[in-house]
Amino acid sequence: MNPFIQQSIHSLIPLLAEGKLSSVELAEAYLEQIDRFESELNTFIHIDPKMVISKARRADQERARENNTKPLRGIPIAVKDLITVKDMPCTAGSKILEGYIPPYSATVVRRLEEAGMIVIGKTNTDAFGMGSSTEFSDYGMTKNPWNLEHVPGGSSGGSAAAVAARLAPIALGTDTGGSVRQPASNCGVSGLKPSYGRVSRYGLIAFGSSLDVCGIFGRDIDDIWPIFSTIAGYDQLDMTTSKLGVPSIDQVNLDLTGLRIGISSEFFPENLQPEIKLALDELIRQLKSLGARIVEVGLAHIHLSVPVYYILAPAEASANLARFDGIRFGPRAENEKMWDVFFNTRSQKFGDEVKRRIMIGTYALSSGYYDAYYGQANKARNLIKQDFQQAFENVDIIFTPVAPTTALKIGAHHDDPLAMYLEDIMTLPPSLAGLPALSIPAGLDGQGLPIGAQLIGNVFQEDRLYQIAKVIQSVTTFHKMVPPLISSDFKGKAQK
Amino acid sequence: MPISREEIKHIANLARLQLTDEEIVKYETQLTNILDFFGQLRSVKDLNTMASSSGTIDHTLLRQDEPVESDTAQEILQNSADVDKNQFRIPPVF
Repeated sequence: MNPFIQQSIHSLIPLLAEGKLSSVELAEAYLEQIDRFESELNTFIHIDPKMVISKARRADQERARENNTKPLRGIPIAVKDLITVKDMPCTAGSKILEGYIPPYSATVVRRLEEAGMIVIGKTNTDAFGMGSSTEFSDYGMTKNPWNLEHVPGGSSGGSAAAVAARLAPIALGTDTGGSVRQPASNCGVSGLKPSYGRVSRYGLIAFGSSLDVCGIFGRDIDDIWPIFSTIAGYDQLDMTTSKLGVPSIDQVNLDLTGLRIGISSEFFPENLQPEIKLALDELIRQLKSLGARIVEVGLAHIHLSVPVYYILAPAEASANLARFDGIRFGPRAENEKMWDVFFNTRSQKFGDEVKRRIMIGTYALSSGYYDAYYGQANKARNLIKQDFQQAFENVDIIFTPVAPTTALKIGAHHDDPLAMYLEDIMTLPPSLAGLPALSIPAGLDGQGLPIGAQLIGNVFQEDRLYQIAKVIQSVTTFHKMVPPLISSDFKGKAQK
Repeated sequence: MPISREEIKHIANLARLQLTDEEIVKYETQLTNILDFFGQLRSVKDLNTMASSSGTIDHTLLRQDEPVESDTAQEILQNSADVDKNQFRIPPVF
């Protein structure tokens, strides 16, 4: 393992600026790491090493010409295959988009490329973001670098695993009900879901349009923040983006005296894995020793999050996925009549979980059921938002687990979709309320699997998340842990 | 309340999905469980007084109608399985 891939982005920036490292060397280091581990992990759906090197070469030339402007120039980033990159294949993890080459890049990708970053490849995902394990990708599943018999989580499992395994320093994902935070937790990396409306969804293949948010995986909050501040902000191509300025962390106060941390018993159910409770209790103890105060908050309607989300998200998805009919993009079933093309293309190319969610969503929106399901779920969603609004009158942050368990074994919920949906109970509420939330590493369980803690902030207060994560990550070292598979490889090479 | 086989077929038809007999049986069980679970929403007390809309989006956003460069027809057609000049070609509807 090339020592450069051990470096965080904030260490790489000065090395690149001072000429101690070229973009080409850095790209080669990551490509070598990918070559070493990709067959075991399957994190990428698409990767083009020649294109990466040629972009790295151009980055080096530009840096020399332009006197070190653009600090992120030449740094690679992995992008979830649910986000379009112009002229690079994009599958959404589904066979229905096999061969699709987007003629445009997502705004988030465009902004990062304008800042000089290089897309190293498109990472694996549950098809259309529907899943919590990456087992529902039509391109094979991704393995958890901490234990190859366990899932990395999902749907952005490829991005989470890539950052954990040092195949890329940073990665983009999407988070609709937890798809950045949960795999981040499972893979021992940090994962940010910004507020809804903070980052443009233009170029994100739509799943649940009132829920989808582009998120970021990184080794720590200091790596995530520069990418966040580059992609965030109003975009006229997405009218749900806010015109509010992106917060600055220049004046961030690292003194937590008086910080009010909200704890809600609804987030600590009986079935929470005991080691997760212990790890979170320890972090709370540390925060208290730094001056923070614990405040109990009631979030009475949180338990409705699963039925509410699993009505609203599939309903929105059933509308968003209606465009996949074989006509304008993707493979087309050969048929003599147009209706048969629609039926056959969709039936042959959509996977099991995608079909299930389309069915649930279509049912919820169908005549006779619309009010009972979709109408009621929307109202219940407002109750959940209200719970959070009231809680944030008394606290600055809400502290919760990310999931009831650490990474599950592959195949755990094979025949029981409802059991799988219930695992999302802790990440769904901030998604429904549009709040920013961050998952940070909080230790390992007895099996050596990563544990995550979730920080939920008030709307548009990503800087508050930065503040608390920065402090936690300066007094703990959980975020520096490397999967044994990866670190033993490095030790092996270092001894030669 | 179980979802009937007829309802499954109706929903699949609306969603333009052709399900096999096995799939129909599978979805019948799974969807029944899932829809039963959604029944919790019926017992929520404060629900009927709640407003429906999300309320966080500003619906008054308007912009000047100024023409700008956009994707070319060529770019938009390039991913289709069958094109004819500047059109997507499809099999007959009827």
